[in-house]
Amino acid sequence: MNAIAESWSKLPRMLQVGIVLALIIATPYLIGAVEQTSNFALLSQINRALIFVVLALGLNIVVGFAGLLDLGYAAFFAIGAYTFGVLTWPNLGIQASFFIAIWICAVVAAFFGILVGTPTLRLRGDYLAIVTLAFGEIIPTLVRNLDEITIRIGDWVILDKFNLTNGPQGMNPLGRPDFSFFEGIFNMQPGALAVSFDPKFWYFMIVITAGFVLFASRRLDMSRLGRAWKAIREDETAADFMGVDPIRTKLLAFAIGASFSGLAGVIFASMIQAIFPELFRFQVSIFLLIIVIISGMGNVFGVLIGGLIISTFDGVLLAQVLPQILPDVDVQSLRWVFFGAGLIIFMIFRPQGLFPRKAKAAVIPTALAAEGGD
Amino acid sequence: MAALLEARGVSKSFGGLIAVDTLDFVLEEQAIASIIGPNGAGKTTFFNVVTGFYKPSTGNVLFDKHDIGGRKPNQLTRLGIGRTFQTIRLFNNMTVLENVLVGMHHRLHASFFGAVFQPPRVRREEEEATREAMGLLDYVGLKGHEWDFAKNLPYGLQRRLEIARALGTNPKLLLLDEPTAGMNPNETQDMTLFIRKLRDDRGLTILLIEHDMHVVMGISDTVTVLDYGKKIAEGTPGEIQRDERVIEAYLGRRALEMLKHDD
Repeated sequence: MNAIAESWSKLPRMLQVGIVLALIIATPYLIGAVEQTSNFALLSQINRALIFVVLALGLNIVVGFAGLLDLGYAAFFAIGAYTFGVLTWPNLGIQASFFIAIWICAVVAAFFGILVGTPTLRLRGDYLAIVTLAFGEIIPTLVRNLDEITIRIGDWVILDKFNLTNGPQGMNPLGRPDFSFFEGIFNMQPGALAVSFDPKFWYFMIVITAGFVLFASRRLDMSRLGRAWKAIREDETAADFMGVDPIRTKLLAFAIGASFSGLAGVIFASMIQAIFPELFRFQVSIFLLIIVIISGMGNVFGVLIGGLIISTFDGVLLAQVLPQILPDVDVQSLRWVFFGAGLIIFMIFRPQGLFPRKAKAAVIPTALAAEGGD
Repeated sequence: MAALLEARGVSKSFGGLIAVDTLDFVLEEQAIASIIGPNGAGKTTFFNVVTGFYKPSTGNVLFDKHDIGGRKPNQLTRLGIGRTFQTIRLFNNMTVLENVLVGMHHRLHASFFGAVFQPPRVRREEEEATREAMGLLDYVGLKGHEWDFAKNLPYGLQRRLEIARALGTNPKLLLLDEPTAGMNPNETQDMTLFIRKLRDDRGLTILLIEHDMHVVMGISDTVTVLDYGKKIAEGTPGEIQRDERVIEAYLGRRALEMLKHDD
């Protein structure tokens, strides 16, 4: 493992980037070649796994950087998805464009991040975890019950049985990205660029989002804001004495973490075209937390790689491969046994996670170059 | 010389316990002053009032002509109050360099968008900050340790890193809470010289809490003695050593003889 890492680091930067890009682009076609059937079940599972990587990177900001134990992170995923639902579900008549809606959803999720963050600012550790846990339960329940909203003041009826979320039936269909503008420019047939369930398209869509979130996380890690988050995580009181405003800093962690989750929610909703309250249960929050802890809290690339491994293990090995090998065993019901046991084993033998953070990750390379290397 | 810090009738009580009792205290610019007193005399509580961690129950504190009442620690850091802690409170899982950069937080500007998109302004800011932080680490004697995690430094160097981090805030007033606690005589001697150097090189005003009388008497311009939250004496080291009340209440006659013997 170390030998591979070493020879990898010796390659020129351009070659590294080229190899990674080639692998990323080739992946859906390789899987298409491996998979005999035409429904791309495997690639769809990988897409889901990648969405979980985006979510884990967002959670890493809240838990890994700022040290705020958030057990209700899936709520922001739900808020992103459902805001997108409200903006694009035909029954509500707004039907906003995907590319406008996605930014609105990120902002709405960030707003809810601040909304949850504000009353919890004085809480630390376990107490914060309990409040966020409750928030994570409230949102799906709220969504399930916002299908008959009636608001009345005296005789004045503002809303009468207004269906905002379609309750337990879920919202379906939802908006998709619209590229028909380019069809005109490139003289294509109408509908040539229409987006469907094709997992290849969604794969690239998610990879671009993951790339952005990864890039932003890396940059934040070595920024003034990232250092302030980590200082709060290490010792909030000392950070305060060093000039870091804990309130502002923690709210920014909640807001930015939530907005990443909101982005993931939008793509997820648009990809699967149907969202239900059950998709955003407590288990999602726990699964994400397990990814962040096992991967190595605070290490952006660690969470990327760990997230890929764990969610592919979950989505491909547990959901697809093992049931075929062992048809008599109900592997799905043992899912949480694997993760629970994995978490315990890691806490005992490697509490810092698979990929603990390295010291040099912390500074913009050019800032070091100014100092004449290390 | 003008007064940089001025406390007027400051009290701080916790329930029935009066930790600091109507204390008047003036600190001149570029002075080194020590606060001494037995354990529980209210020294650290006074530090915590000055740095905004506690609100004084009565009285007020002026720093650099600002009333500090109601300001939070991070706001006072911005005004120019830096501090270290009695028990070391570094950011353990961050590098030595990052620790100092956190101290420089309020002097930098980049927030979310600056961090993500790194416009030239932000790059320049980070470069300058890194260079300055490296310089501070060199100054306190931590060159070569920039990439160590703070938790991995030996004790004496952790104390120095705390000072470097506080210097990163660009303070006018530096409060040192027992800077030589747990050090051997050689390390203590180095730290004493270093504190004086800080004042001489950087024009800092330094207020320290210290138990080691060699340090206190060696570097202080003025010494303030607290006992049960009250100021029982104030003066130059020579005056304090001859002060009957201090000798009775705090040092004891044997300690006095020991100090005289040292001279």
